[in-house]
Amino acid sequence: MLIQDVMTFSWLIPVLPFLAFALIGLFLHRWPKWSAACSIAAIGVSFFLSVLIAVEIFGGDPGRAFEMSVRWLEMPGLKVDMGILIDPLTAVMLLVVTTVALLVQIYSLGYMEGDPGRASYFAYQSIFAGSMLGLVMASNFGQIFVFWELVGMCSYLLIGFWFGRPSARDAAIKAFVTNRIGDFGFLLGILFLIIVFGTLNFGELAALIPDYHNLAVLLPIAVLLFFGPVGKSAQFPLHVWLPDAMEGPTPVSALIHAATMVAAGVYLIARAFFIFSQVPQAMLLIALVGGFTALLAATIALVQNDIKRILAYSTLSQLGYMVMAMGVGAMTAGMFHLRTHAFFKGLLFLAAGSVIHALHGEQDIWKMGGLAKKMPITTWTFVIGALALAGIPPLAGFWSKDEILLGAFAGGYTGLYLLGSLVAFMTAFYMFRLIFIAFFGVSKGAEQAHESPPVMTGPLVILAALSIGAGFVGSPWMGNVFGLYISTPGAVHHPVNPTIMAVSSLLALAGIGLAWLIYQKQAVSAEKLRQRWPALYHVFLNKYYVDEFYAWLGKVFVDAGARVLEWVDLKIINGAVNGLAYLTGSSGRTLRYAVNGQVQSYAIWVMVGLVLLLATVLKTVFTVLV
Amino acid sequence: MIGLNHYLLLGTVLFGIGAYGVFAKRNAIAVLMSIELMLNAVNVNFVAINRFLQPAAGMGQLFAIFVIVVAAAEVAVGLALIISIYRHRKSVDLNDFNLLKW
Repeated sequence: MLIQDVMTFSWLIPVLPFLAFALIGLFLHRWPKWSAACSIAAIGVSFFLSVLIAVEIFGGDPGRAFEMSVRWLEMPGLKVDMGILIDPLTAVMLLVVTTVALLVQIYSLGYMEGDPGRASYFAYQSIFAGSMLGLVMASNFGQIFVFWELVGMCSYLLIGFWFGRPSARDAAIKAFVTNRIGDFGFLLGILFLIIVFGTLNFGELAALIPDYHNLAVLLPIAVLLFFGPVGKSAQFPLHVWLPDAMEGPTPVSALIHAATMVAAGVYLIARAFFIFSQVPQAMLLIALVGGFTALLAATIALVQNDIKRILAYSTLSQLGYMVMAMGVGAMTAGMFHLRTHAFFKGLLFLAAGSVIHALHGEQDIWKMGGLAKKMPITTWTFVIGALALAGIPPLAGFWSKDEILLGAFAGGYTGLYLLGSLVAFMTAFYMFRLIFIAFFGVSKGAEQAHESPPVMTGPLVILAALSIGAGFVGSPWMGNVFGLYISTPGAVHHPVNPTIMAVSSLLALAGIGLAWLIYQKQAVSAEKLRQRWPALYHVFLNKYYVDEFYAWLGKVFVDAGARVLEWVDLKIINGAVNGLAYLTGSSGRTLRYAVNGQVQSYAIWVMVGLVLLLATVLKTVFTVLV
Repeated sequence: MIGLNHYLLLGTVLFGIGAYGVFAKRNAIAVLMSIELMLNAVNVNFVAINRFLQPAAGMGQLFAIFVIVVAAAEVAVGLALIISIYRHRKSVDLNDFNLLKW
């Protein structure tokens, strides 16, 4: 009985943060403390409800789902519902989103202390949480698109939160515009779905699509739908916005640009897996895009010097991993990695935020150093997060990363497996490069650093515990319960392969060892390596010149388009207006010679007019009479 | 027997002559006279139509009287204008009165 009530009240989960947003915006914004309390209370209750739902879902059969919807609009050929769908996939996402959002908001109490815009910060956090929860609970594509755009808007608002800084404004605009490109394709895909199937409901589509074998239609739909994740999850070639999004406050980077919103793309692929899995070509495309993004971002992360940018490229790389997992059919592994990544990357960002907070905004790792003694909790939680990210057993990242590699290998994608392993090695290397430079080593101007207040370290410790423990549900020790619940027709699952586990662990250890040799022991000079391959170094450092390429594209194509439009405006539009004016003027100049001052000629014209008028009238009269 | 058509024909001829005078004469006085001719052509028509079609109503005769009265006033104004122009330009030729043009 209670269980059914929980499901019935599940709509409160996204609604509560929205209410908090409204309350703060309308009444509480003058009292930042009350705003924060309101926001945290709302997400807290949502978290509690999510836990109840998770208990209910994971206590029952794997195939269990709860759906409730109301008709929003209906017309011939189109019906759109607003509803909620709760199945294991949703339950996992709810838990991840509410947990990280709650911890991040508590952490923000410390991080945003004294910021004049705190009230609006918490308002944005609330509306983001509400939108993200609405997104994961959506029961159809129309609704998911609405919330998809809402989280995009929140991302824009929070990236540009410190809008006094030009770089933050530019980053916000860049994120928004880049996402628009992806969302446009996504919307087209949704429209195609309406045209072809007449419904957007996940359940109905999942029933229709396996019997629909027309690849010529399904392929464009799948590719267009994939545009959405490419934009939102920052896959190549739309990955450029995510590193710049680090201009926002660090807790925002943790919540939106690492743990939840950017994972929405991966979630969408998982949710729409019944479409993608029908189209092998689309799956291959997804796998290749994901793998390429993972490698590209990892190589860039090797040489960055800004602590948040390293983490941002790492996020890109890990998102690439997840997308690649989806592409090779290992949907379970992808979702598993999404979940563990949310915890340890959230942790890494929050810990980085703690460092930045302590150093009053310093983000260059070369200006840190020796933080381990000053900030023990931050340092050790960061190390735990890094170990989890590097995939050291038995931390969370190990199990999920291993499953992705296994999925690629067992699915016959040997190339992607090798690529994934290489990325795993690089991940371990760049994370520990960061750690050895920033946290250990010689202190450089970080003498006055101090440990952050408990309101910030508390969430770090909780997330560290999750980073250690969250992987066990997908491990053979617990019978792989995660895979039991999170699966879908078409998703493959492979038995454990000890060789792959061993190889990936060894690679991670090798990466850490290499970082130790270079940056801690300084047995190998980083400077010499740099001089040995200067071209490679500069390509990595400058992010493969993708931003420059886009700027050039903009210069060439946008400017050329502008010139064409300028010509159209000047010659055609102005020409039409001016031509009309000239016509009027010249006809006036010609006709004025009729006004010659001769009364008698006027009289003749009057006479002619009168005769014509009379003729017309009389003609009508005669016609009527005869 | 002289009937309505004869009168209407007379009126038409008179009107035509008057119109010709208005359009063709250069002398302002002559134009004024031509206008009188046209007005009287109309009077002829009024009276004839009254006499032959509706003898009892008398409406045509009434209108003829009106036209005569208006014509007298019009001639007074017209002549005054012509005299005034003549005083300025020493001419009654309409070709000289072409100040109001482009």
